[in-house]
Amino acid sequence: MARSAPERAATRSLIWLAVITAALFAVLGGGTIWSTATWAPKLALDLQGGTQIILAPQLASGQTVTQEQLDQAVSIIRDRVDAAGVAEAEVTSQGGANVVVSIPGVPDEETLQRIQSSAKLDFRPVIFTAAITDSSITDETPAPGETPTPEPTYSDERTAEPTDPSDPAWVTEALYQEYLEFDCSTLNDPDIVTAPADEPFISCSPRTGEKFILGPVEVSGESITDATAGLVTDSQGRQTNEWAVYLTFDPEGTEEFTAVTTRLFGFPQTDPRNRFAAVLDGWVIMAPTVEGVITDGKPRISGGFTQESAQTLADQLKFGALPIGFQVQSNETISATLGTNQLNAGIIAGLIGLVLVVAYSLFQYRLLGLVTIASLVVAAILTYVLIAIFSWRQGYRLSLAGVAGLIVAIGFTADSFIVYFERVRDELRDGKPLTTAVENGWKRAFRTVLSAKFINLLSAVVLFVLAVGNVRGFAFTLGLTVIVDVLVVLLFTHPMLQLMAASRFWSSGHPATGLDPQALGAVYRGRAEFRFSAEKRRAGASREAAKRQTIAERRAAERSRAQHDGEQGEES
Amino acid sequence: MAGASRLTRFGNDLYTGARSVDFVGRRWTWYAIAAVVVAIAVIIPIIRGGFVFGIEFTGGSDFQVTDVGVAEESVAEAAVAAVVPEADAHVSIIGGDSVRVQTEQLTQAQSDDVRAALAEVYDVPVEQVTASFIGPTWGQDITWSAIRALLIFIALATVFMAIYFRTWKMSIAAMVALVHDIVISAGVYGIFGFEITPSAVIGFLTILGYSLYDTVVVFDKVRENTRIDGQESRRTFAESVNMAVNQTLVRSINTSVVAVLPVAAILWIGAGVLGAGTLRDIALALFVGILVGTYSSIFIAAPLYVHLREGERAIRKHDERVLELRQ
Repeated sequence: MARSAPERAATRSLIWLAVITAALFAVLGGGTIWSTATWAPKLALDLQGGTQIILAPQLASGQTVTQEQLDQAVSIIRDRVDAAGVAEAEVTSQGGANVVVSIPGVPDEETLQRIQSSAKLDFRPVIFTAAITDSSITDETPAPGETPTPEPTYSDERTAEPTDPSDPAWVTEALYQEYLEFDCSTLNDPDIVTAPADEPFISCSPRTGEKFILGPVEVSGESITDATAGLVTDSQGRQTNEWAVYLTFDPEGTEEFTAVTTRLFGFPQTDPRNRFAAVLDGWVIMAPTVEGVITDGKPRISGGFTQESAQTLADQLKFGALPIGFQVQSNETISATLGTNQLNAGIIAGLIGLVLVVAYSLFQYRLLGLVTIASLVVAAILTYVLIAIFSWRQGYRLSLAGVAGLIVAIGFTADSFIVYFERVRDELRDGKPLTTAVENGWKRAFRTVLSAKFINLLSAVVLFVLAVGNVRGFAFTLGLTVIVDVLVVLLFTHPMLQLMAASRFWSSGHPATGLDPQALGAVYRGRAEFRFSAEKRRAGASREAAKRQTIAERRAAERSRAQHDGEQGEES
Repeated sequence: MAGASRLTRFGNDLYTGARSVDFVGRRWTWYAIAAVVVAIAVIIPIIRGGFVFGIEFTGGSDFQVTDVGVAEESVAEAAVAAVVPEADAHVSIIGGDSVRVQTEQLTQAQSDDVRAALAEVYDVPVEQVTASFIGPTWGQDITWSAIRALLIFIALATVFMAIYFRTWKMSIAAMVALVHDIVISAGVYGIFGFEITPSAVIGFLTILGYSLYDTVVVFDKVRENTRIDGQESRRTFAESVNMAVNQTLVRSINTSVVAVLPVAAILWIGAGVLGAGTLRDIALALFVGILVGTYSSIFIAAPLYVHLREGERAIRKHDERVLELRQ
């Protein structure tokens, strides 16, 4: 038997659907094998338990936050959280102003402090330095370029009371031993940030790969009023290609800085004690040599900067670390038990909703309801894979609000099937054979579904773009399911109906099919139907629909006339 | 089975016009009902002293103890009072085995102490007590972004519908119905004193999409009928619209039932099993919104559209001719 055009179209659509589904599974499967994807979507904190801290910028009136500042703050806070050894923490910006820190489990007090504090920036003089490579330090011979080795006294006591912060007398035997064994990664310990200001301090510089013994704090980072990056001008006032960071201190800082540079300039250039270190969050971010006494409080730091690194350093110096001050706006902890309970409740609610929709569909549409169920299953599979892929590629996390969106979507998705089925039934009521009814009904229904679903998608997109937090999670799942819904109606529900219409059982109009013309009040019109179809093809859809309208009207009129006059009237 | 065929038969009769509900003709009745309901939805919450906002909007600390053996409110009150005597603790039992304590905003140290105290009195590990605090600006931020989203969505949807239906009058009618839905849904919260939380706001925002979705489905049929009937129709414009609404009535009933069933499931689980929370708040707003949205598409949007169009000269002339022919 030759297959009809709708059947071939239906087969093609189903093949497309299979290809799309297979491709999505292949992407996710490949991701799990060769990358970090997982088959189950990642869950948000409210489902797996954890702490979410929202930091809001503290702004003076009229002040705004730029995206750049926000990104910088996010990366600094992320460094801090990572440094605190918290696994799987997530730091993101939200709504163009807030920083959201999500931590699985309950963070300890130090971690919280670390996240909230705006980092500390201090200037300390360098007493001793060496390259980080362990051998060069444990070795008796000092690394090249460092002449005055401090005399390790092998005593816990200082040889003499240090006269100034650069005095090697700060370095006791114990401190030197500690320095030799010092592991730079211990700087990630949050306590380091709060190291006493009047004690020497061991630190490292990841930029230059050096290890330092530093004197007590001489100038506090709070004295910096401004820091900018700019090109160096030489003695003739010509601009060079060299980038530098220009600092401006407040009066107090200027005074302190004058004193320090005067003393440090007294050391030879080869002496590490000529250098002055800026310490941020425990790490040395730079330790330039002092090339002159600076009395105006406006030092210039130069040496091997690119525009970008100069700008980064300027920002770090200026903002103490964070480009803007942050305040904890909310701190929510969800216990793992509560998270699991919520997830289970969501799943149960989803199943109940699904069962109710299935039962109602079967009740209302008989076996046609099976198409609804199958379509929902296909939609569920596609949605699941897509969410898992988004979870992997975009870091999407399924929240309780997102789960609610998915459950709500069951009903919204089934709605499009109903719009379609009702249109097909309308066609059957006009006495069309099932195959024609399916094709005609589809044409109208699909347009309605598309436009109506577009409104849904529009609301989801607007919400996703403009809203914050939970609203986005919900909008995301809702928007995703709208797209999946349209895809399923187009590539599954309609093809299924096309194939069914061609089968003997369904076209028989058995009462159980839900497409019984008799039950739908259709009148068998015999050969007239064929003439009618031919006419329709010439006249186009709208004309055809006009006819249909008059037919409906005509039958109603016929019926009432039959009631009143007891005879059949002829329609003109 | 009889029920299904009854609805099907009802659908058949509506389709042919053998049976017809006069949605358009009795529009003043529907307008009056809408006016009364909207007035109630506005006035009663005002009399009651405005909406009840959740701590996301007012700021405060929130503790939840899950899986406690014996859920007793007084135990929690005593525990909080012992740690922070000045805190005014609101204790509620949710879902039978969880306790929720809300206070004004506590410091981190106080919060930790309360958490430990609650864990001790309910004899659960401290991990089973969740502690949250929310600054008062959080809710404002979320509300402001929601209102902005709402306005932009309404503007975009109005433009889309005006282009799609090729008449801005459908947009106007749909938007009036939308406002009606939002006011009534919000009113339900105000009247019953349900807490407005960010989750409820999510629910309200979803109503936007659903209400318009439903209206578009009805209007699509209205457009089809009115355009096709055109000049030769023996029906007035109002009758054409009414016919369209009747023809989609079964569809409206079925889609809203199917849309509301999962929402009802969430509401039931959310309110009955979990107690107050995200699920209940979203579902409650949606539950009301879907029902009102379906109602308003039929009883407000369609009659209002007729109202807006009837004055047009072409339609008036057509209607006059049709009525003349009938005499």
